[in-house]
Amino acid sequence: MNTQVNVNHSLTLDTFSQGIKDCIPTLLGYISIGLAFGVIGITSNLSILEIFLLSVIVYAGSAQFIFCGLYVAGAPFSVIIITTFIVNLRHFLMSLTVAPHFTRYSPLRNIGFGTLLTDETFGVAVTKLTKEKHLGGNWMDGLNLTAYITWIASCTLGGIVGKWLPNAESLGLDFALISMFGALLVLNLVDLSKSKLMHYIKLIVLMAIIMYCLLYFLPGHLAVLIATVIVATIGVVTEK
Amino acid sequence: MTTTLPMILLMLGCAIVTWLPRVIPFILVRNVQLPDVVLRWLSYIPVCILSALVLESLFNAEKSIVTFDWFNLGALIPTLITAIATKSLSKTVVVGVLTMALLRYFF
Repeated sequence: MNTQVNVNHSLTLDTFSQGIKDCIPTLLGYISIGLAFGVIGITSNLSILEIFLLSVIVYAGSAQFIFCGLYVAGAPFSVIIITTFIVNLRHFLMSLTVAPHFTRYSPLRNIGFGTLLTDETFGVAVTKLTKEKHLGGNWMDGLNLTAYITWIASCTLGGIVGKWLPNAESLGLDFALISMFGALLVLNLVDLSKSKLMHYIKLIVLMAIIMYCLLYFLPGHLAVLIATVIVATIGVVTEK
Repeated sequence: MTTTLPMILLMLGCAIVTWLPRVIPFILVRNVQLPDVVLRWLSYIPVCILSALVLESLFNAEKSIVTFDWFNLGALIPTLITAIATKSLSKTVVVGVLTMALLRYFF
C-alpha cells in the first residue's frame, strides 16, 4: 500500500488507479468520520435509508452532522437548507482554485469533478498541484470516486452498527479529520522557498488572530470562510 | 428503512445548495478567463482554508470568552511534527488519532 502522498517531484501518470492510490491515505479519515456520522444519524432519529441517501446526495461531512443537529432540534426546513448552504460555501473557493486546471475537459466531466469535490479531495489535489503543477482528469476521477464510495459505505455501515459501536469520541477517531487537515497544510508548505514560506507563516499567524476575533460573533464555518477571504487578500497585497 | 416525502424534499434542498457552489466554478472558468490577480489570490486559498480549518478546532467558542481547546492543541503538536518528519498523510492521521485517544484516556 502506497501510504505516501507523492513527495518526489517526478510526474505521476494521469491514471484512474493512481488517483485511487493517492486517495488511500485519506480513507481512515472518511471511514472514521463516516462511521461517526452513521451513529449520530441513528441517534438523531434518521433511518438507515435516510443516512444512506444523505451521504449520496449531499456528500459533505460537516453539513451532514449539522443537518442531524438541526433536524433533531426541530429547526424549520428553511433554516436547515440555508445553514447547509453557508457551511458548504467554502467549496466554492475550493472549486474555483482547482477548476482552471481542468478546462481542457468536456463540460460534463467538469460537472463530475465539481460534484465530487470535498475538503479532502481538494486537499490532495492542491498538494499534487503544488508539487507537479499539473492535474489529470482520470486521476481526479479515481481520487473522487474512491472517496465518494468509501464515504457512502462508511456512513451506511455506521448507521447499521450504530447501536453497538463504542463511543467514537473516546477512541480519538473524531480527531482524524483535524489531523488530516494539519497534514495537508504541512504538505502544502514543505516545498516552498524560504521567503515564500516566511510569508505564509506570517499569514497563518494573522489567520490565528483573525479566527480568534471572528469566533466571538460568528459560527465556526462562517469564520473559516470570511477569514480565508480576508487572509488570501492580504496575501496578494503583501507578496513581493 | 423508511423515509417520508418531506424528508426527501429537505434532503434534495440541501443537496442542491451544496452542489451548486461546487459545480458553478467549473462551468464559470470554461467561459471566463480569470484575471491574473484573481489567479494569484486563488493560489493563497489552499493554505488559508486549511489553516483556518485547523485553527477553528483549536479554539473553544462555546463560552463568553473564546479559549483554547487544550486537547486538540495537545494532540495537534505531535501530529504536525509527524507530518513534517514523514510527509505522510496516513502516518500523520494515525499518530493524531492515537495521541488524542491517549490524552482522553489519561485526562
